[in-house]
Amino acid sequence: MVEWTEFEKTTIQDIFSKMNYEVVGPQALARCLIVYPWTQRYFGKFGNLYNAAAIMGNPMVAAHGTVVLHGLDRAVKNMDNIKATYAELSVLHSEKLHVDPDNFRLLADCLTVVVAGQLGASFTPEVQAAFQKFIAVVISALGKQYH
Amino acid sequence: MLSNTEKELIVQIWDKMIPVAEEIGSEALLRMFTTFPKTKTYFSHLDISASSEHLRCHGKKIVQALADGARNISTLATTLAPLSRFHAYQLRIHPTNFKLFNHCIIVTLACHMGDNFTPVAHAAIDKFLSAFSAVLAEKFR
Repeated sequence: MVEWTEFEKTTIQDIFSKMNYEVVGPQALARCLIVYPWTQRYFGKFGNLYNAAAIMGNPMVAAHGTVVLHGLDRAVKNMDNIKATYAELSVLHSEKLHVDPDNFRLLADCLTVVVAGQLGASFTPEVQAAFQKFIAVVISALGKQYH
Repeated sequence: MLSNTEKELIVQIWDKMIPVAEEIGSEALLRMFTTFPKTKTYFSHLDISASSEHLRCHGKKIVQALADGARNISTLATTLAPLSRFHAYQLRIHPTNFKLFNHCIIVTLACHMGDNFTPVAHAAIDKFLSAFSAVLAEKFR
C-alpha cells in the first residue's frame, strides 16, 4: 500500500478541488496528441486530428479529455486504495482499448505541464513531487492488469 | 525533425531565458532533485540545496548551453562536441536521467510562461531537448 504524507494528501486534494476538469482534461489530452503524435493511434474515430489547431478545436478530443479527468478523480477520492479502485479500468485499457501502458506516462506528463502552466509559481518543486508521485501510483495501477 | 517555424520558436524562447538563466536553470534542477531524488547521486560533490551558489551557477551553465544549442540547431553535433565528450567520458550519467531533466525544464517553462507555453511550443521544445540529449549521449558507447 502506498504511504502518503499529510502534505502529499492535502496537496493532491487541493489541486484537484480547484481544478476545472472541463478545461484541464481537454487541454491535457490535446497536448498529448500534439506533442506525442503517435498517441493518435488510439483515436482513429475522432475525426480531424490533422494539425495542432484541428486537435485543439476537436470536440471529441475535448469530451474525452473530460472523461479521463473524471476517471482520475476516482483516484483522488480513494488515495488509500488506488490499485483496487483502478482494477476494472486497467482491464479496460488492456483488453478492450489495447493501449501501450508507456503512453500513460506521456498523457500524465502533459497533464503535469497543463497544471504547472495554470498554477505558475505555486507549483513549487515540492508540490510537483507530490503530484508526480500521485500520477506514478495511478499509472502503476492502470498497468497492473496487463498480462 | 524540426520545421523552420519550430526552430524559430525555439530560438525565441531560449533568447528570453538567457537573462534569467540562473533562475530557470536552478529551478529546473531543483524540480528534478525534489521529484526524482535518485538524480542527486550525481551531485554529491556540490551543495545543491535551494538557492545555493552551486545550484544557481550550475543551472546558469546549463541554460546557456541550451541557448547556444538553440542558436546552432543545424550543427548541434559540432557545437556540442566538447559537452558530448564531457558527458560520455567524465560524467557518465545514466541516459534515462536526460529525460527526467528535460521534463523538469519543460515544467519550469510552463510555470514561467503560462498560456504562452502553447502545445506547439511544448512540442518544439520537447523535440529540441530530445535532440540535444541525444547528442550529449552520442559518445556513451
